Amino acid sequence: MNKKDIIICRCEDVTLEMIHEYLNKGYTDVEELKRLLRIGMGPCQGNNCMQLLQKEVAKFINKKTEDIKTAKARPLTMGIQIEKIKENFENES
Amino acid sequence: MKADYVVVGAGISGCSIAYNLAKKNQKNIIVIDKGYLTSGATGRCGAGIRQQWGTKMNCLLAKASIEFFEHAQEILKYDKDLEFKQKGYLILAVTEEEDKDFSRNVKLQNSLGIPSVKLNKEEAKQIVPHLNTNAFISATFCKTDGHLNPFLITDAFYQAAKNLGVEFYFHEEVLDIIIKEGIIEKVITNKREIYTSNVINAAGGYANEIAEMVGINAYVYPERHEILVTEPVENMQGPMVMSFGKNLYCQQVPHGSFLMGRTTLNEKKGHNIESSWQFLDEMSKTVCELLPAIGKLRVIRQWAGLYTVSPDRQPIISKTNIKGFYLACGFSGHGFMFAPMTGLLLSEIILGEELSIDINELSIDRFEKQSTFVYEKSVV
Repeated sequence: MNKKDIIICRCEDVTLEMIHEYLNKGYTDVEELKRLLRIGMGPCQGNNCMQLLQKEVAKFINKKTEDIKTAKARPLTMGIQIEKIKENFENES
Repeated sequence: MKADYVVVGAGISGCSIAYNLAKKNQKNIIVIDKGYLTSGATGRCGAGIRQQWGTKMNCLLAKASIEFFEHAQEILKYDKDLEFKQKGYLILAVTEEEDKDFSRNVKLQNSLGIPSVKLNKEEAKQIVPHLNTNAFISATFCKTDGHLNPFLITDAFYQAAKNLGVEFYFHEEVLDIIIKEGIIEKVITNKREIYTSNVINAAGGYANEIAEMVGINAYVYPERHEILVTEPVENMQGPMVMSFGKNLYCQQVPHGSFLMGRTTLNEKKGHNIESSWQFLDEMSKTVCELLPAIGKLRVIRQWAGLYTVSPDRQPIISKTNIKGFYLACGFSGHGFMFAPMTGLLLSEIILGEELSIDINELSIDRFEKQSTFVYEKSVV
């Protein structure tokens, strides 16, 4: 299958081809790839694509997948409407 | 190993300084960062660029920087769109005092060639229809303010600097700077020793620690500021909406997400950049009051970064008492939007050239001579 057609990050439409392009440019830090390609920045917060990215980076720099640091996990774990946060706060206090 | 210049910090300031030095035919420039490219304040910022300031220096730096950003993609020969957007900043006055201050600010800005205008509530609502007009008195608007993608513009400076021969070392930490007989001898990192006579401190939240290595007081401190991003939605808000009194900035970026941040009151000085639930509570209250329609959007992520705050909330772009040791710090949350001028002006200071803007007022001396300041109030 063409690398252009393989979507790694479905939230932000990042393809395998784009990842390989940036790896070839010398960006091998997952945090840098995240910022430059937006991989893992969408609503699912990298739940699907981060392991795939880890594997691609590992392959490229010839390391074990578990030795590749993933991007820092940040809150929230799922999307919440801003007004719901406000309402909850008011109901609790 | 040897270098002519060692720049500490690969945020946008460090990358811009290295690029400007290299462009002026300086050689053997090394940039060191303890993290990755844009790992500090640059990569965590609110991504806004504005010229509506209360001090002359900030206005001048911002105006010249925006003029650079307008052509940045061609100048830096970057292959990707930088997501530059000039849809303005709408700044809301929520008290009588702010209303008066803003009239004065607009006068100052106009005298410096910045096209800002004072607006009444209805005029403001025409620009941002979902504004709650009960929550403010008046507003100011500057149509050439806007947004730029911090990762991409920093990458553009980084690529351009590399093409001019600058070397970057990431995940490498500066541990000490050795002074011998009053001049810099070398920089010691956790990986090597670099003999050099010029060190540029662009270390953002760690600027104080780097300055202390040569026995200098940088007069700055780091302070956490939190921010969040929503899911992307159809275009619904052109300008950045900002209020100092209500403590909020909120902008929709070209990608469709909304970015919004505020200052935590009584935040402790320090390097903590953890996210807090208190921020979510306060932010949701503020944004639902000023921009009720935004309350429908889902938050998908929050994070924090450091402002490096100076006593007058203006930057320090300066040489120091130590020959060869330079400062580019204390931007108080606005280093991102001033970076083109930071790099240009510091390279002029270092090379003893005539300055593009007279920035003697931004010298570190100002804090040595006096202890009270007229400070920039236009800061969230």
